Amino acid sequence: MGADLTRHVKRNIVAYIALLPMAAVVIFAYLGTMAWSVRLSFSSSKLLPRNDFVGFAQYVTLFDTSRWQTSLGNLAIIAFFFLLICFVLGCLLAIFIDQNVRAESLFRTVFLYPYAMSFVVAGLIWQWILNPDLGIQHTMHGLGFSGFVLDWVVNPQMVLYAIILATVWHGSGLVMALILAGLRGVDTEIWKATRIDGIPAWRVYVSIVLPMLRPMIITSLVLLSISIVKMYDVVVAMTNGGPGTASEVPAKFIMDNLFERANIGLATAASTVMLVTVLLVMAPVIYSQYFRKSGRAS
Amino acid sequence: MSQAKSATTKRPLTYHEVWGRVGIYAFLGVLALFFLLPLYVMLVTSFKSMDEVRLGLIFSLPQQFSIDAWVKAWTSACTGLECTGLQVGFGNSVKILVPSVVLSILLGALNGYALSFWKVRGANVLFACLLLGSFVPYQVFIYPLVRFYAKTGIYGSLPAIVITHIIFGMPVMTLLFRNYYSGLPLELFKAARIDGAGFWKIFFSIILPMSVPIAIVAVIMQVTAIWNDFLLGLVFAGRDNLPMTVQLNNIVNTTTGERAYNVNMAATVLTSLVPLTVYLVSGRWFVRGIASGAVKG
Repeated sequence: MGADLTRHVKRNIVAYIALLPMAAVVIFAYLGTMAWSVRLSFSSSKLLPRNDFVGFAQYVTLFDTSRWQTSLGNLAIIAFFFLLICFVLGCLLAIFIDQNVRAESLFRTVFLYPYAMSFVVAGLIWQWILNPDLGIQHTMHGLGFSGFVLDWVVNPQMVLYAIILATVWHGSGLVMALILAGLRGVDTEIWKATRIDGIPAWRVYVSIVLPMLRPMIITSLVLLSISIVKMYDVVVAMTNGGPGTASEVPAKFIMDNLFERANIGLATAASTVMLVTVLLVMAPVIYSQYFRKSGRAS
Repeated sequence: MSQAKSATTKRPLTYHEVWGRVGIYAFLGVLALFFLLPLYVMLVTSFKSMDEVRLGLIFSLPQQFSIDAWVKAWTSACTGLECTGLQVGFGNSVKILVPSVVLSILLGALNGYALSFWKVRGANVLFACLLLGSFVPYQVFIYPLVRFYAKTGIYGSLPAIVITHIIFGMPVMTLLFRNYYSGLPLELFKAARIDGAGFWKIFFSIILPMSVPIAIVAVIMQVTAIWNDFLLGLVFAGRDNLPMTVQLNNIVNTTTGERAYNVNMAATVLTSLVPLTVYLVSGRWFVRGIASGAVKG
């Protein structure tokens, strides 16, 4: 018995030791940093962290700051259109590709390649194409359409749609790939049955097939949502928040206040707002996706 | 009833069906052009001279094919004050990429193995925290990490950026390997235990050799993600190790005077070459990476 117990402890101790790096990363790099960020948001920290306590003062200042209000509003607009367009376009692409088209792999490759490129690249390319002095507008003027206007990147009213265009170009292939993988898993009997019943194809997709693809849909929406919240690179490369503050986003607001404006208290208050929002939205999704069933399916 | 009962019967398509096919190809064709447009513009512009770029015909083919812009982008374009081109950034990105990819994959495999086959109290809670952490924006972690690195004296160095990539790659890598190992037969593991093999013995001689398919997926995901990273490289790598994406942005957005669009676009294509090659070579593996990174396997 004693020998058994010793052996049991010994074999488990190796596993415990092996998981130490992960434990350290979770405790220090994730939870610890998170806690410290939240702590700093209740302090008056400017250039250097301070250990005082000023209650919710930073949050009051934050929501009084017009740049932050603009950032939040922009993110809401971008999130809405980006999710909607990416999702609809991605589904349509997947469904059309699934109609036994020739050169299927070529189409797939073309629609997904932007996803392999960095956001910096996506931002730069579309900035050039939409640049009035260089891109489409300039070309149209050269062709004699002098009234043609496409000035999204320099027009404060339209700049968000330029960013949406670049991110949709970058991300809809992801939806296409995931939905297409799902469509390939749909039982062909369903198609035979609905054809015999004379149900039109679009109804079958909307009412039967798409609901079956729920896991793929959730996955793609989760991945797209994460990229929205993290959105920083594409804005920096494309507009750097301009013209004026017309395309500011929360992630950039935080970075600017951390590293340029030396306002750590305000930056950490803003990051805490993002943290809480993400946790509130994501917790149910993560729970249902990953923990509803136990890890080992046996 | 124009609907064919089965696709195997060879018969001429009906009028209705012909137009349906035309519609499908028109839709896919137009969108394919939209998706290819940016790549086309970058490529044709990068082979033009500045004189030709000034004409402003962004969609036309180069009249005189020239690789000068590519040479300049690689060897002498200015990133701020230094004019040594993108080759420096390329070298930095490789220096960051190799250790980050190798270490994050090894750790992911180890974590996944320990989580799937061994009973460690509290491990699932840790894993849940790790997964939740992967959804949180980097901005929440960045400042405390900067302070931590500054305290330990590695801020703005190669180890700092490599550790950072390992930290932020850990959730997906662990998830990937854990899900893969959950699909392996438990009997295999039990048999090895009965033969007296220990934790490391089983890991190195049984589990790792079986992990090749998932390791390929992991390599594809990490190479693409780390090469394309901008934010972490900007904050943690330090001035001497700035990755290619950051240098690209510096080349493009800090120029004074006339913008050399041909050089900028050549630089952009150069920066995308590694992930694009990975993507084109890996094909379906790339999609598998996207899917397995987020769906429980």
